[in-house]
Amino acid sequence: MFGLYIHFPFCVKKCNYCDFLSGPITSEDTVEEYLLALEEELTIYHNLLEDKGNLELRTIYLGGGTPTTLEAHQLVRVLEKCRDLFAWAPQLEATIEANPGTVDLNKLVQLKKAGINRISFGVQSFDQYLLKSMGRIHSPQEARESIAMAKTAGFENISIDLMYGLPDQTLSQWDNTLREALELGVQHISVYGLQVEKGTVWGNLQAEGKLSLPEEELTLAMRKLCNELLSQAGFKRYEISNYALPGYESRHNTGYWLGKPYLGLGLGASSDFWHRRFVNTFDLKHYIALLKRGQLPIVEEELLTYRQRMGEMIFLGLRLMDGVDLELFGERFGVRAEVIYSKEIEKLRKMGLIRVTQKHLQLTPKALPIANYVFTFFV
Amino acid sequence: MTQGWQNRIRNFCIIAHIDHGKSTLADRLLEYTGAVSDREMEEQLLDKMDLERERGITIKLKAVRLSYKAKDGQTYELNLIDTPGHVDFTYEVSRSLAACEGALLVVDAAQGIEAQTLANVYLALEHDLEIIPVINKIDLPSADPERVKQEIEEVIGLDASQAILASAKTGQGTEEILEAIVQRIPAPNGEVDKPLRALIFDSYFDAYKGAIPNIRIVEGKVTKGMKIRMMSTGKTFEVTDVGIYTPDIKPVESLSAGEVGFIAASIKNVKDTRVGDTITQEDRPAAEPLPGYKKATPMVYCGLYPIETNQYDDLRDALEKLQLNDASLLFEPETSSALGFGFRCGFLGLLHMEIIKERLEREYNLQLITTAPSVNYRVVKTDGEVVMVDNPTNLPEANYLERVEEPYVSASIIVPSDFVGTVMELCQEKRGQFDNMEYVTQNRVVLTYTLPLSEIIFDFFDQLKSRTRGYASLDYEFKGYYEADLVKLDIMINGEVVDALSSIVHRDQAYYRGRALVQKLRKLIPRQLFEIPIQAAIGNKIISRETVKAMRKDVLEKCYGGDVSRKRKLLEKQKEGKKRMKQIGTVEIPQEAFMAVLSIDE
Repeated sequence: MFGLYIHFPFCVKKCNYCDFLSGPITSEDTVEEYLLALEEELTIYHNLLEDKGNLELRTIYLGGGTPTTLEAHQLVRVLEKCRDLFAWAPQLEATIEANPGTVDLNKLVQLKKAGINRISFGVQSFDQYLLKSMGRIHSPQEARESIAMAKTAGFENISIDLMYGLPDQTLSQWDNTLREALELGVQHISVYGLQVEKGTVWGNLQAEGKLSLPEEELTLAMRKLCNELLSQAGFKRYEISNYALPGYESRHNTGYWLGKPYLGLGLGASSDFWHRRFVNTFDLKHYIALLKRGQLPIVEEELLTYRQRMGEMIFLGLRLMDGVDLELFGERFGVRAEVIYSKEIEKLRKMGLIRVTQKHLQLTPKALPIANYVFTFFV
Repeated sequence: MTQGWQNRIRNFCIIAHIDHGKSTLADRLLEYTGAVSDREMEEQLLDKMDLERERGITIKLKAVRLSYKAKDGQTYELNLIDTPGHVDFTYEVSRSLAACEGALLVVDAAQGIEAQTLANVYLALEHDLEIIPVINKIDLPSADPERVKQEIEEVIGLDASQAILASAKTGQGTEEILEAIVQRIPAPNGEVDKPLRALIFDSYFDAYKGAIPNIRIVEGKVTKGMKIRMMSTGKTFEVTDVGIYTPDIKPVESLSAGEVGFIAASIKNVKDTRVGDTITQEDRPAAEPLPGYKKATPMVYCGLYPIETNQYDDLRDALEKLQLNDASLLFEPETSSALGFGFRCGFLGLLHMEIIKERLEREYNLQLITTAPSVNYRVVKTDGEVVMVDNPTNLPEANYLERVEEPYVSASIIVPSDFVGTVMELCQEKRGQFDNMEYVTQNRVVLTYTLPLSEIIFDFFDQLKSRTRGYASLDYEFKGYYEADLVKLDIMINGEVVDALSSIVHRDQAYYRGRALVQKLRKLIPRQLFEIPIQAAIGNKIISRETVKAMRKDVLEKCYGGDVSRKRKLLEKQKEGKKRMKQIGTVEIPQEAFMAVLSIDE
């Protein structure tokens, strides 16, 4: 059993903060070649796994970019290939990322029919001005309409992304966005503080000193407000940036935080499989060319040390509010985390940044905004 | 009187500014005389230590005997004595010069004479050396040998009409240089029958043979088995080996007046082979030692502390090993309440300090914190007691101070005339006293100032270089101790005085320095879980304050399958950064902070 991630490096227009591997579609031929390559990649993995009898998928995640930039039949084609080649676990979670303005009812219905049962919309904000300054292509109204359509199409597990800490954003704008978001009737909300990355439009502006980001105090207040409003609405924060109604936690993403194996297909996708971490090429032409020759497009492979694996299990696990499963840690590594990290845990416990429950190692609420500081003790 | 066999010996050295091509020229001479074959030829053979090669500076000197068949048909024994080219090592240079009868003055054909060269030429003239000007790098497009000749004549007063035009890079002029050495440099004299007097101009430590002095026999003769005495210490040893460098070690029966070579005598410590000392024969001692012996005195002091306290013993061992080869390095244990156990070390100058620090880190794998360098202050207390203070922390409280004196140097700066104003301004800012200004050529000027040494080690050289776009060169020598209105500037971090950050400054500059220093520290100290006040104080008076705000937010917002490795590496890097910091109380302070006092923005 494993998770399957498929990357679609296409979008309508690059956003000002985006450093993901994506860009506008240059030609329909490219899309066709890309889909053929994806099918080939799926086939290769199928052949590799067939002998071992390891063909059951736990989760599927179509991410990007904006996968819904593609036509419904193109996405359905990929999903059907997945169904042909792999076994879908009962209760399989299949998510697609979408952006308001790239979906219509027909597309949504077809996706639903092809097996997608969870959809995640990049809503980001309900402030017209902020959306524009982020370089988003949609309006608040389009976001509301897209989500309504998804419901009509039969989706019962809908997630949205929101962003805070945006240039010139005020607390009252944020308050409004949160309230609007809660009006939508979605089951899952991811809330990300802006991180300005180099090479993005905003990164360049920042380098020139032309980006006016909110003060740290304000961004902390924004996170706090978000925690309060979402919790009042029945959402539980289950990960540093993720909130869900009970039972609607993202199973695919939770797999990453628990260190479960996953295969990543498509341009630049990463996998953690066969106890190795490997990454596909970031060059679209190269990706297509390699798969045309029937070769996996892997360009980087990393064999993690035991110690690195342990560190990862801790810092990924601590992202979850449940924390690191100490039993599981012991089983996986043959040594208890409390033993191998005894000094670190003791120090952090005294500082009030970490607590050890019967079964788990957890961050305290105080530690959440400075989680990296805690993580550095374990890497 | 020169005796017959001495006629075929020439002892010489090379005087040059850094980068003017001394080492390359030495290589050419070695190559030409067949001392090393092309195949063996490793670039710049004389500079042995890696560090020297990297910095292009010769630190330890060495002597090489070349065998040269001259045009007159005779074969000559040419002893090339290498000299260091930096102001920190002036005394060592003077001893090397004293071992020679002549010197090649190598000047870059494009750049002309620099202050350090000039200082060394004057030293050479004091020793009555025959000077052969060599204008090097004439292959460069920017070469202007005529201008350089004019400079040599006007600045030094040497006849430059016979200057040799050379390119150590292409080999041009090599033979002319060798001929000039034979023809123009006098043969050594000194009677072989007199009691032994040998000048130690360098020494180094050999793991098997102990401290090895490199010597010039001035009078008499040294042979294997001879009992010798060091005239400064009176210690005696028995000579086990006599030899020369060709450049490989070659044993010989004896060395006689006029010759250059080395002896080994089971000497355990280089402290017993002090540069400038005279070796004589125990049974038949000379009446007087050779003139000019001086014990090397450190000019600059700093604290060296291991970041990891368990490296203290390793640090001591490493310092002891370095001292075996470097008698001018001093160290003694010291304790800092901020940094724990370490050593206060004395150096000839800033370069010497940096070299030692780098060698400790590189060759001995130590992670060190260096405190800002300090000079040695002379403090007269109210009860009349005089104490020397080489660590600002130890300056007695103000009410016990009668007066504080600090070392001053006489500095000469050679600079294109366009920059005279800006250099004078700099010297003024640095509490300098104008002594003299002299035009050496139409557009080059020598400025002489009396400056506090503490100001020289505080960012002077960098300022000089940047304000003159690299055209100025500097040389200085110790002048004396003079009283100054000095105060101790303390730095408090999180309410506690960090002794390692204290400095002694002039009262007029105290406020400004204090403010600049806390501002700098605020930038250097990373945010931590709590707010950290940084204050500068004189006595009990706070003169400046800054705050490092508490770290409130440090979290990776997004972390999914695609970036686990990248995020892990980020965290690992963050952790590495933390490791290099020193924990003082509850505050983590990066290494650079302890040097911050040196480079606060003017």
